[in-house]
Amino acid sequence: MRIFDPHIHMTSRTTDDYEAMYAAGVRALVEPSFWLGQPRTSPASFYDYFDSLLGWEPFRAAQHGIAHHCTLALNPKEANDPRCTPVLDELPRYLVKDGVVAVGEIGYDSMTPAEDTALAAQLQLAADHGLPALVHTPHRDKLAGLRRTLDVVGESALPADRVLIDHLNETTVKEAKDGGCWLGFSVYPDTKMDEERMVAILRAYGPEKVLVNSAADWGRSDPLKTRGVGDLMLAEGFTEDDVDLVLWRNPVAFYGLSGRLDLDLDVEDTEATATHEGNSILRGGAPAATPTER
Amino acid sequence: MLTVTELRAAVERRLDEAGRAWLDGALTDAAKSGPRPDAPGPARWELDFASAGRHVRNPRPATTTGRPVSADRPAPGGPASAGRPAATDRPATDSPAADDLAPHELAPHDLPDAARILILHAARADASAVARLYAHGTGAERRAVLRALPHLGLFAGPDAVPLVEDALRTNDTRLVAAAVGPYAARHLPPHSWRQAVLKCLFTGVPLTAVADWERRARGDGELGRMLGDYARERTAAGRPVPGDLDRVLALTRALPDAPRALTREES
Repeated sequence: MRIFDPHIHMTSRTTDDYEAMYAAGVRALVEPSFWLGQPRTSPASFYDYFDSLLGWEPFRAAQHGIAHHCTLALNPKEANDPRCTPVLDELPRYLVKDGVVAVGEIGYDSMTPAEDTALAAQLQLAADHGLPALVHTPHRDKLAGLRRTLDVVGESALPADRVLIDHLNETTVKEAKDGGCWLGFSVYPDTKMDEERMVAILRAYGPEKVLVNSAADWGRSDPLKTRGVGDLMLAEGFTEDDVDLVLWRNPVAFYGLSGRLDLDLDVEDTEATATHEGNSILRGGAPAATPTER
Repeated sequence: MLTVTELRAAVERRLDEAGRAWLDGALTDAAKSGPRPDAPGPARWELDFASAGRHVRNPRPATTTGRPVSADRPAPGGPASAGRPAATDRPATDSPAADDLAPHELAPHDLPDAARILILHAARADASAVARLYAHGTGAERRAVLRALPHLGLFAGPDAVPLVEDALRTNDTRLVAAAVGPYAARHLPPHSWRQAVLKCLFTGVPLTAVADWERRARGDGELGRMLGDYARERTAAGRPVPGDLDRVLALTRALPDAPRALTREES
């Protein structure tokens, strides 16, 4: 089973997680920029974070055999803090980067006017940069939040079929699907979706344009929930092709809309490095080994 | 090290038509533009520098399954051949010249790195341009800046040393390997250079990445002491000593002008 986790915050996870994910079949992931738990107080804090999502974290993932891409944005919660909103002006220089496959995660937290502004501005940035958008739905007042999100998407320059609406559930899936968006589901140990309900939704609405993610972060969450859904799909009578569609081909198709998805790992395993050593067309650039230094 | 002309020819041989056309346009534009130190906003060539990875990719051999190569890749450290297409899968038009590597034998980052180096060279990037691109760069862009240094006019001066030192502070072995090229060999002060060599041994960056190490290590007693201490630390922990260590250590014990390195037994 090959797995592409389309929403996971690896910055908050350990190397044990990377190893377990690889063993479970995860070969690619997308890490959306998000709220780090502790509020930021300046734009520069975002830039270091964005640099990490384009530098250190892809390197770390590649060490474990996993291709890493990211989505960048000012997240909804911090869109309300005027100390953070200058990030919007600096985003364009990041959105041209090869590793950025969408604008995200954007959307609503408390549905404030400031969030309206940031959402609309960032949907426009996505359209301007040829990128799709990852739009999460709020944890509170979710159905109203979904409807307001669909309205803003409808008014934006970004077509609905370049938008992935995330954290969907039984109460929001139908309207998101009718709206023409890609459908994202986060499977969690306690909140959001679980494996059984996820399989029921797949049975009711089909696997087309459905993406399943672990959204694992610094809270109680599980990076292997994607695999759990795949296993339960098979046990409940879905075919291997259905599982591959949901857990691999749909995320490849959605993030592939950016034209930037590159699933070749930017690292060599030990034997390959030995093969390439001294043979690079640039000479002398043979990386890489697992770093042991701290 | 290849000259820029040789590098461009080597890259163009491996690109498809669209890749060659993109690179040609990017280099023409960069040459016209130059570094533009006073202009507001990024130059067109700077955007090309950022997006080179998605325009200049290794041609993918056709696969019968249509599955991305990475899905079949072995775990790191696993059999290297399992992740590569068999030679018979290679389209006949991709047959390399006898002195070339086939496209799939290149590291995935080789062509984007080379394209970025060529763009920096064509734009006559100066110290302030490379500092800006490095500071705003992804890991891949920073590696390309470091690898470009010996090809640029700034090579003669020490202005780019802070970039090399920044890369050497990271734990990203792609950056560490790129940092210890000819520019570091020429400009890093002795203490920084010794720390760089030790870091390469420490993190598994092969000695082949360290430019001119034979010249700089020869007769360097302090480097020899550091390497000896490191070897003892590894041995005390029951861990193997990197094979490259002895090669450097032997040279540190040679006379600075000695015609050849003495072996450990001889010294």
